Amino acid sequence: MRWGEIIRRLVLVPPTLFGVAVIVFVLLRVVPGDPIAMMIPPGASEADIARLRALYGLDQPILQQFSTWLGQVASGDFGKSISVHQGVLELLLERLPATIELALLATLIAVVLGVLTALAGILLRGRRAEWAVDGGIGVLLAIPDFLWALILLLVFGVLLPWLPISGRVDPQIDVHLHSNFYLLESLLTGRFAIAFALLHHMILPALALALPFAALVARILKASLTEAEDQDYAQIARARGYSRPDILLHEVLPNALIPTVALGGVQVTLLLGGTVLVERIFSYEGIGNMAIDAVINRDFPLIQGLVLTFAVLFIALNLAIDLIVTVLDPRLRHG
Amino acid sequence: MADLALSSPVVRQSRLLAALQRGGARLWVGAAVVALLVLVAVLAPVLAPHDALEQDLMSAQLPPSWIVGGDHAYLLGTDSLGRCVLSRLIYSARTAVMVALVAATLAALIGVALGLFAGSFGGWVDQAISRLIDVWMAFPPVLLSIVLAAVIGAGLTSVIAAIVVVDWTRFARVVRAETMVQLTRDYAAAARVIGLSRAKLLRLEILPNLVPLLATLLAVEMGIAILVEVILSFVGISVSGDTPTWGSMIAEGRQIVYQAPWIMALPIGCIITSVIGFNLLGDGLRLALDPVQRS
Repeated sequence: MRWGEIIRRLVLVPPTLFGVAVIVFVLLRVVPGDPIAMMIPPGASEADIARLRALYGLDQPILQQFSTWLGQVASGDFGKSISVHQGVLELLLERLPATIELALLATLIAVVLGVLTALAGILLRGRRAEWAVDGGIGVLLAIPDFLWALILLLVFGVLLPWLPISGRVDPQIDVHLHSNFYLLESLLTGRFAIAFALLHHMILPALALALPFAALVARILKASLTEAEDQDYAQIARARGYSRPDILLHEVLPNALIPTVALGGVQVTLLLGGTVLVERIFSYEGIGNMAIDAVINRDFPLIQGLVLTFAVLFIALNLAIDLIVTVLDPRLRHG
Repeated sequence: MADLALSSPVVRQSRLLAALQRGGARLWVGAAVVALLVLVAVLAPVLAPHDALEQDLMSAQLPPSWIVGGDHAYLLGTDSLGRCVLSRLIYSARTAVMVALVAATLAALIGVALGLFAGSFGGWVDQAISRLIDVWMAFPPVLLSIVLAAVIGAGLTSVIAAIVVVDWTRFARVVRAETMVQLTRDYAAAARVIGLSRAKLLRLEILPNLVPLLATLLAVEMGIAILVEVILSFVGISVSGDTPTWGSMIAEGRQIVYQAPWIMALPIGCIITSVIGFNLLGDGLRLALDPVQRS
């Protein structure tokens, strides 16, 4: 039954993406701002402007533009960016790895931090210190990622000038890697100096994205740990003389993980959406930062490509989480 | 007899008191912070020591007055154009409060209406609205509001419109699910049996039961609206350039963060206080109004 649900969701992916494409396209076409007006030098002739409009297909009726664009996208051609004068797909492939690496690092930090906090909270259950853990989680949750980004930038970038506050890597470092997955590639090929420089730049933005997410993981996991620990099997294990940390780690945690992945997983999309602003704040060269520039420059083809990319990532993440939950939960596996 | 006793003013008052007690410190602190914010916004012309736009290039980037080099005329210092930071913070509260109240209320109205429709009609109406929500949720909200604000153009109305268009789904999803749950309850069935029309059933029976949930969502949404406005003005596509906003102050402060970190730090403090205030108010209202905890 659960698998049927996942197949149903897969079937719904193309119409959802189509809906996203229609909305972005129509939205951009009713814009008062004109992308051509932004790229022409002052004093260009009417004929030049008309020629440019024709070059980017902006002189066609909207429906015509849409069907042309859709046909091109279907064959892997996302058009050419108006403001950067590069292929949109090329730009996406160049910048997307930076965002994916940042999001992965943030997720890793969040999971480790969240699980440790939840375990600490549960070990302190019933004591005064549990309040402190809950209060800390509440504060972390109330402040969104971009505010953490600004706070971290101020504290660890300016007041205590320990870490760099802009860019993906120091400009004087010669990266020279084959892929755009700088961090993964430098780690895998053992070039740790580069990896260290990259991490040095990524740690603040990643931490900003991770903190609210870690709090969320901690809150859900702590609640399900509390519930699981009160179940009969945990009580029986206790009665048979197993130590509490032993029971927590081996009996309770595996069961408590299922709701955590299910509920927390949905929020990974929030973390991904948060990269837009956090990348901007730290001048990190990912697709989020590029998206804001694209909007400001009214770069239609680039905005369309970026929004579709984000939509695909969002939908894929949601599906992946559902699959993981199905695999983790024996009740659903055999359902 | 029991009915009579319940409607007497004494019992009503004690109910109100009990609700306030259940809300606890969260309700009080939250309400106080929000009230203070609204008060500052309303009284901005009285409270601000300077004109928020008045430039004084001779005294640019002054630190707060208690730090060496500070000037007593500028309590929280000045920005790079010599404008009074305190006055700009105070005037920014106006935009924040305006956006919070109007955008959150409009988003709630649209979301509640669509949620009630989807939850009570079911069938193709529910399918259509649910698919619409699915498509909406496939957008990253921050990016969507940035695109929208850019599309509609600068100005307070465009910021509010962007927030409403992005955030109505928060209300619609919750109200749809809750309406479905409430409709299966005995009281709803009973109301149908005595011949209440669908519109009356929704208005008289279902909607009042959604109030605790809605009050909480609304308070939280007001906090979110403030954050979205900050984001838009940080990126530079919110209200026009000469209206001070916390977001634009942060963006300006980011440029000179090494020379004058307080310019960025102060609006961040205001935002965090406001958002936590709205969240506490939401939490407190949930505790105070929850019918389950009332019994």
